[in-house]
Order: sequence, then structure tokens, then C-alpha cells
Amino acid sequence: MSIISRGFRRRRVADAPPDRVPPGQYVIRDFPVLSAGPTPHTPLEQWDFSIVGAIDEPRRWTWEEFRALPSQEVTRDIHCVTKWSKLDTVWQGVSVDTLLDGVDTSAEYVVQYSDGGYTTNLPLEDITGGKAWVAFAYDGEPLHSEHGGPARMLVPHLYFWKSAKWVRGLRLQTWDEPGFWETNGYHNYGDPWREQRYWGD
Amino acid sequence: MAGTAVLGRLTWQAAQVVDVVVETRHVKTITFDVPDWRGHRAGQHVDIRLTAEDGYQAERSYSIASAPDGSRLELTVVRIDDGEVSPYLTDELQRGDQIELRGPIGGYFVWEPSQGGPLLLVAGGSGIAPLMAMIRLRATAGSDAQTRLLFSSRSSDDIIYRNELDQLNGGGLQVVHALTDGQPPGWTGYARRVDAEMLAEVGPSPAERPRTYVCGPTPFVEAVAEALVRLGHNPRTIKTERFGPTGG
Repeated sequence: MSIISRGFRRRRVADAPPDRVPPGQYVIRDFPVLSAGPTPHTPLEQWDFSIVGAIDEPRRWTWEEFRALPSQEVTRDIHCVTKWSKLDTVWQGVSVDTLLDGVDTSAEYVVQYSDGGYTTNLPLEDITGGKAWVAFAYDGEPLHSEHGGPARMLVPHLYFWKSAKWVRGLRLQTWDEPGFWETNGYHNYGDPWREQRYWGD
Repeated sequence: MAGTAVLGRLTWQAAQVVDVVVETRHVKTITFDVPDWRGHRAGQHVDIRLTAEDGYQAERSYSIASAPDGSRLELTVVRIDDGEVSPYLTDELQRGDQIELRGPIGGYFVWEPSQGGPLLLVAGGSGIAPLMAMIRLRATAGSDAQTRLLFSSRSSDDIIYRNELDQLNGGGLQVVHALTDGQPPGWTGYARRVDAEMLAEVGPSPAERPRTYVCGPTPFVEAVAEALVRLGHNPRTIKTERFGPTGG
């Protein structure tokens, strides 16, 4: 039974259908920045994207090669564990299905790894089947470095820390390996609709 | 990078207001008593939850400003004028009221006295809160870790915890203020935004490998972290936490 706060009332206009706002979240219009350290700036000529781990032939794309891959525009709602949700965000990115096309792997898990040392883990099935992209543009503009540019993961069905900024590759693994926030008190899976924010949720 | 041991779910707990202190025009510190509080580490935060009479609920995160102290904990709240939660906390909440809270949360932006120093703490406005927990813990634990605090505020009236920082200053803790929007007569601190030159003057050198914690609004944190990297500090020694106007 919750404690009622006398005099507390909804002040924000309910401008979103409730079925689009997970429990404990509120809708915002700006785009806050959250990250655990300084923003990395890797020059595009030094940037590459790799798929490594449980894969016979590791894959690697330079920026030019990556940008030559077919990409999609996707519009999705995103949900940050710090409580904000942003609806109808528009991204341009390469589907992970495209990157993994033809890969035969025994891996059931994947670790996203980034410039700056950030990692985040999830089941492989959560980034395949049209559920995840490596995004390089937001709202029609090249992705700003504060928001993870030149490229970041977009895995919108999980809390947004599961969408690594400054991503440089995917490591396919047969075992699950908790990443940066997952070893620092945050939930291993992070489903916003089940409010899986912290360990034990 | 060891995580905090969390035993089971972080459940919502009743937290009773035992004190409300005015810090500045827009800022209050609220002290709560949480009977089953399991303790926290300096730098961690809590989630709070308010429930309206019609069942509507709102959750927000706040850094803990106090050092571990039994069942007591302090949250320092900036009133966001068009916010939903912060005006309630600063304007309505009174001694004896209860709200719900769960935590402590976060195992990264934390400091333990056993980690030692040197420490470089850089705060913008209410970003001082989790750094104040570290400064207070340093004092209560009798730590001799060399600590520099560079604290940017708008005006002298906006300096949060000013008296307490004055009292703690010295003996291995050096407090340096920067005011960005005007300075009182006789001001001896910095009179501009934090920049690389200031960080080089105040902070330990990169060779001393300070543990650096930066907290404040996003543009502030971006600028400070970039300047530190440019000065030669290892990015992996710089921990950041960002506050935005969103979250009110």
C-alpha cells in the first residue's frame, strides 16, 4: 500500500497514451545526456565496427564500408532508467540483422563494447529479428558525440543503457557476461515494462 | 569496478521527514529517517515515489548528500519551477510527513575512504550533492585523502552548503569556488566558468592520477571532462554524473 502524499497531484499533462509509457516513467521532449565518463571522440578514419567472439570469421567494417551498408529509418519510443521516456524518436541505422547476415554462431549472448570502455550485455535474440540497429543519425542529423556519435546501438525495447553509445563492436558469447551498469547495481536484462531497473527487480 | 552487493530487491520503504533546511533561494535539504535503511556509500542515489490521492504516482532519482549515518539520510532538492516532484518536495513537504523511497542505487560514482586520494571533485550547482557525501564521509571517517573541490555556482547567494564547506576547508581539503554570474565585492575566488586553466591550477596533475568525480548539468560536465582529458588526465580516472533540468 503506497503512502498518499497529501496535496500532491499530477502536474504534467498526460500527453501520451498510457500504453506507451512504462511504469515509473514520464514523457519528456528534450534529450538528456547520461554517461559515466568523458565523451570519446574517435576520428572517422580510425573508426571501425567489428563482430568478434563466437564467430568463425570475425567481421569488420570501416566507417565508409559501414555507411555503404543498407540502412533504415526507424521511429521508436525510448526509455531511460533515470525515469524519462521520449516518444517517436527518429533514427537512421544499420539493422543488426544486416551485420549478422549469414553468420553461424553458437552464441546465445552478446556484449556491446564501446570507445571509453563501456560495455553492456544482452541475449543475442534481443538484437536480432528487427529489434536493434547501429544508428548513425538522429532526427535527420549525424549523431552528435554527446548522444553516442558517430554511431550507437539502438535497442529500444530495453532501458536505454542497453543501447551503447560510441559502440565499436559486438562480442558474441556462449555465456552471459554482465556489463558496466549490470555489475554496478543495475538489472541484468532491463525490461522497462517490467520495471527491471536494479538488481532484484 | 566491483558492484555493490545488493541482497534481493530494493523495496520501497517509508521515509519520514525529520528536518527541512533552506540552502539557497531555490534549494532545500530534506532529512529523512528510514528505519530499515541498510546504509549507503558516498555518491549513491535513491529513487523517491510520490502518490497522489487519485493513485497517480511519480518517481524521481536524487543523490544522497549525507555521509552514512544510521537511519538518516539527506537529499538536497532544487526547485524546478515547472517540475512536478521538486516543487512538492521543496514547498509542501513538512516535518513528520512520509514519502516512499528505495535504494541505495549505483556502484560506480562512489568513493570509499579506503580508496584514498588524491581526489579531485568538480561540482556545478546542485551537482555538489553526491560530492558533499564524499566530503562529509572523508571528515567523519577521519580520512587524510588529499581532496580538492572546485565548485561552480551562479552567484554567492547560490552556493549550497557554503558555511559547512568553509568550516571543513583546510587540513587536506581545499575548497575553491567559481562564480559565473557576478561576484560580491572583495571576492577572491574565480569569476568565470570552469575551464582547463582553472582545472590545471586547482587540481592535482595528471601524474598524480587523482580520482576525479564531476557532477553537474550536462554542458558543465561535458566541458569539464573534455578539459581534463585535454590536460592529460586518463579518461578512465574521470567519473561523471549529469543532472538536467529534466527530472523536476
